[in-house]
Amino acid sequence: MTMLRHAAVVAAKDLRSEFRTKESINSTMSFSVVILLLFAFAFDPSPDMIAEFGGGLLWIVFVFAGALIVNRAFARELPNDCIDVLVSSPASGASLFLGKAAAAFVLLYGIECICLPVFGILYNVTWWRSLGGLLGVLALGTWAMACVGVFISALTVNLRLREVMLPMLVYPVLIPAILPAMMLTNTLLTGQPMPSDFMVWLRLLAGFNIMFTTLSVYLAETILVR
Amino acid sequence: MRRKVILALGAVALPLLLRNLYVIMFLVPDEMEQGPIYRIFYYHLPAFFTAALCYLTAMVTSILYLAKKDPKYDAIAVSATETGLAFAAVNLITGMIWGRISWGIWWAWDPRLTWALICWIMYFGYLMLRSAIDDPTERAKNSAVLSIFASASVAVTWKAIEWWRTQHPGPVLSIRTGGVQKIDPMMEQMLYVNTIALVLLAVIFVLVRLRQEEVQREIDALRRYAHAMN
Repeated sequence: MTMLRHAAVVAAKDLRSEFRTKESINSTMSFSVVILLLFAFAFDPSPDMIAEFGGGLLWIVFVFAGALIVNRAFARELPNDCIDVLVSSPASGASLFLGKAAAAFVLLYGIECICLPVFGILYNVTWWRSLGGLLGVLALGTWAMACVGVFISALTVNLRLREVMLPMLVYPVLIPAILPAMMLTNTLLTGQPMPSDFMVWLRLLAGFNIMFTTLSVYLAETILVR
Repeated sequence: MRRKVILALGAVALPLLLRNLYVIMFLVPDEMEQGPIYRIFYYHLPAFFTAALCYLTAMVTSILYLAKKDPKYDAIAVSATETGLAFAAVNLITGMIWGRISWGIWWAWDPRLTWALICWIMYFGYLMLRSAIDDPTERAKNSAVLSIFASASVAVTWKAIEWWRTQHPGPVLSIRTGGVQKIDPMMEQMLYVNTIALVLLAVIFVLVRLRQEEVQREIDALRRYAHAMN
């Protein structure tokens, strides 16, 4: 319980700090819209094409945007050596990690919920047909991104090439989660009948989250204690 | 002592590899549908097994490093990862050559191929991370953690063969098909023998690389000492 309480305090602190400066929110939001626009210029988005890879396109936007958010998770603690204060506080490494991942999740999920109607307008997609399922899949995929991203952000926070290293390490690890998220989003976005392997993809996504959340919580102490 | 072990392993591995090459090229029968190109399979699959074994070694030694903080385990982990990457590259390249002949394309976005490539990129990222961290303790700790993360993904790669049905040939070894003999017993036996030869070769590579790593650490320690004295 103490761990979760500490995590909630860390998450609230990160969110408060972000909502005051709006540094990541503004840059990530505008970045996402720009990518959505660029994709529309890159190919003529016909309904058939969107039915085929709309989910993939959306997740590429989210994954790129996610890198900006998770990169800031620990980097925002670097000025004034705030990271050392956090690490030496009574909060355990696991609660620090969970708090930061929860804050990144809230920010990313919020941005995704704003991007979804923008995507619908720009690409003429009736995205609200399976809204509940879609929000559920977005939540699962976003947690995977927040969890793995924040963990690897802790690994790379002190590197000079942090901005390059983070996506290079995060994206390959994330593929097992992004692949099912893309497939599921595609089905839910276009209102196609559920394919027979729908549950396999869903289980893969959920299993990934369980596996990597457990690993990250277990290893967070090792990474954060210097 | 280690030098003698390397020489002894080499004395076993080299004749075995030459003997296997002879048997693969001249003695084992052609595959009914694929013809002679299937022979690449004797290097493709054993290279995957060897790479997987190296990744597994890296994972175990990374866990041991985190538990015991002994730099020896970190040195074994990096040596095994580098060797694993080399064998994984052999696996990917031989697969691509086979694909070009059998499917007419160098690369198919088949889940198993994709996963093998992802694993390769992930372990390459491990080496990149190592090269980006100057402090030896921090480097060993962070890369050990990343290696454990990567090995979780390798486990998914291994299971992927059962999760997806794709154009990639299915399992043929009797240990994977529940005892059902899908290929000629001589072919299967040859696969195991060549796996042993490649594993021996991998052990030699790891031992040589381990020695390099230890020498590098000694040089770094001397440099730090000299720097402190100045």
